[in-house]
Amino acid sequence: MKNHLIDFIDISKSYDGNMVLDEFNLYVRENEFVTLLGPSGCGKTTTLRLLGGFETPDTGKILFDSEDITNMPPNERKLNTVFQKYSLFPHMTIAENIAFGLKIRKKSKSYINDKIKYALKLVNLEGFENRSTDSLSGGQQQRIAIARAIVNEPKVLLLDEPLGALDLKLRQNMQYELMRLKEELGITFLYVTHDQEEALTMSDTIVVMNQGYIQQIGTPEMIYNEPENAFVADFIGHSNIIDGIMIEDRLVEILGVRMPCVDEGFGTHTPVDVVIRPEDVELVKPEEGALSGEVVSLIFKGVHYELEVMANGYEWLVHTTEYVPVGSKVGIRVIPFNIQIMHKPESSDEKAVEIDE
Amino acid sequence: MNKLKKQLLAGPYLVWIIGFILLPFLMIVYYAFTNADGGFTMEYLAAVLDANNRKALFLSLELGVICTVLCLLISYPLAMILNGMNIKNQSLVVFLFMLPMWMNFMLRILAWKLLLSKNGVINSFLSLFGFPGVYILNTPAAVVFGMVYDFLPFMLLPVYNSMTRIRKDWLEAAQDLGAGHLAIFFKIILPLTVSGIISGVVMVFVPSLTSFAISEVLGGGKVLLIGNIIEQDFMQGMQWNAGSGLSLVLMVFVIISMALMNLFDKEGEGTAIW
Repeated sequence: MKNHLIDFIDISKSYDGNMVLDEFNLYVRENEFVTLLGPSGCGKTTTLRLLGGFETPDTGKILFDSEDITNMPPNERKLNTVFQKYSLFPHMTIAENIAFGLKIRKKSKSYINDKIKYALKLVNLEGFENRSTDSLSGGQQQRIAIARAIVNEPKVLLLDEPLGALDLKLRQNMQYELMRLKEELGITFLYVTHDQEEALTMSDTIVVMNQGYIQQIGTPEMIYNEPENAFVADFIGHSNIIDGIMIEDRLVEILGVRMPCVDEGFGTHTPVDVVIRPEDVELVKPEEGALSGEVVSLIFKGVHYELEVMANGYEWLVHTTEYVPVGSKVGIRVIPFNIQIMHKPESSDEKAVEIDE
Repeated sequence: MNKLKKQLLAGPYLVWIIGFILLPFLMIVYYAFTNADGGFTMEYLAAVLDANNRKALFLSLELGVICTVLCLLISYPLAMILNGMNIKNQSLVVFLFMLPMWMNFMLRILAWKLLLSKNGVINSFLSLFGFPGVYILNTPAAVVFGMVYDFLPFMLLPVYNSMTRIRKDWLEAAQDLGAGHLAIFFKIILPLTVSGIISGVVMVFVPSLTSFAISEVLGGGKVLLIGNIIEQDFMQGMQWNAGSGLSLVLMVFVIISMALMNLFDKEGEGTAIW
């Protein structure tokens, strides 16, 4: 197992009495692509700014390579940030922007020129040296911001929603670019986003946050397939989250119907949250399903249709490639493996919050 | 038809420009190049080289430069402090600094004459506590003081405006890239406020170079600026030709300053105040 490069230890931070982070603990290993994922106001950007040195925690400390950097000013930290608004210096050319950090460190002219060439090549913007910053598109500015950061050879690159302002196509391209950069540079990425798809695509590890608390840490597959609570399930893609009762191991009751599942160890007759992904719901003939109901809406989404099926008093979200007209009677079936059981939140801290994103 | 209408709308402005700007200017030029009998002469332009006029012009330039430098030295740190304050108070404080501008400037200068006089409020107050008095009235120092007091907002506003345009994340990015406080100031803040500084310098230097009222009131007739000589030529001696000649020479300095402003001030900080 690789070393811890960054440790957040018992970090708390509040603004004007609003607790943003509470007893926050997290470590990041070397060469890891870690994404902090959560809705706005969940504390993810604050976490990044604490690491960048732009904020100081109220309590707790931050270790970088086992060294306490909690009170070290940003200019002395061996990491660089790519800011959400690009933050290119408007009075400098592209080359001057990229050279900024190197000039501060008094590197030689030839070294700086080599680095500028190398960085521009890395972000596919060769020959842009003497352009002005406002002649660039958003995506190009973003790539220059990344080039400006990486020429300093930071051990960690912090990225604060760097793709937030780009359109969908460009965003997807940049996701691949970032993954390629990470491979080529072999440095640690700490990435902040509220876009779950972005997080799933790029990360080695995803940290799902809400209201200053970590909800779940895991690989993208773990986060998507085995969400630990209703918040995570809801935030990572649309889901059917239904109140249920765990009758015994491998048997759960939802909406008055007992269904076999694969989870164990929840005890008997325990209230639980049950997550079923819309793509895991099978539509069959009414008499063949565990439940039966009626299609109440149908939307074409490109890859699939998105249906709402009213069955046993719950509006099921269903993704299917088949066309099922509104008003059809259908049966609903879910195989045991696709039924995900989660503990109900125990304290208000963990309580899932309604999200409209 | 439509086009004609639009041109007609511009009519009043055209009359204004011709009647109140172009004609007076042409008259100045005419008087500057002619003598009392209407014959052509360069005499009045050359008059600027007379010992008295030359002395007045140099004193004007000197006081103008001193006043401009002082305004800059006061305004720049002040603008930085104002810009660093939290948003809610910011506009109020800027408003307070601008407030005196709305009062007639002659009134304010006359007020200072009273305040600074030998037995004025300030000296009475100082002597009450046993401090030595301030006797700068009727000296160039008083004139500079009055100019700085009057023209400070013209420096503060463009400098402050250019400073508010510096985004906080630029400073953070600079810091992130390794810049300390000095490097941030010299590589980010100063270059990004150059246009504001240039505007401010011109906006202060031009009126201080041409001013005559401040030197008359606070200088007590002992500090003779080029503006005072021109004023005397027109108002007292009725020597319109001599006054026009000097005005034209002075205008050259003003035009040079304005040209400099246009060269550097692309964002138009300077025009915000006029």
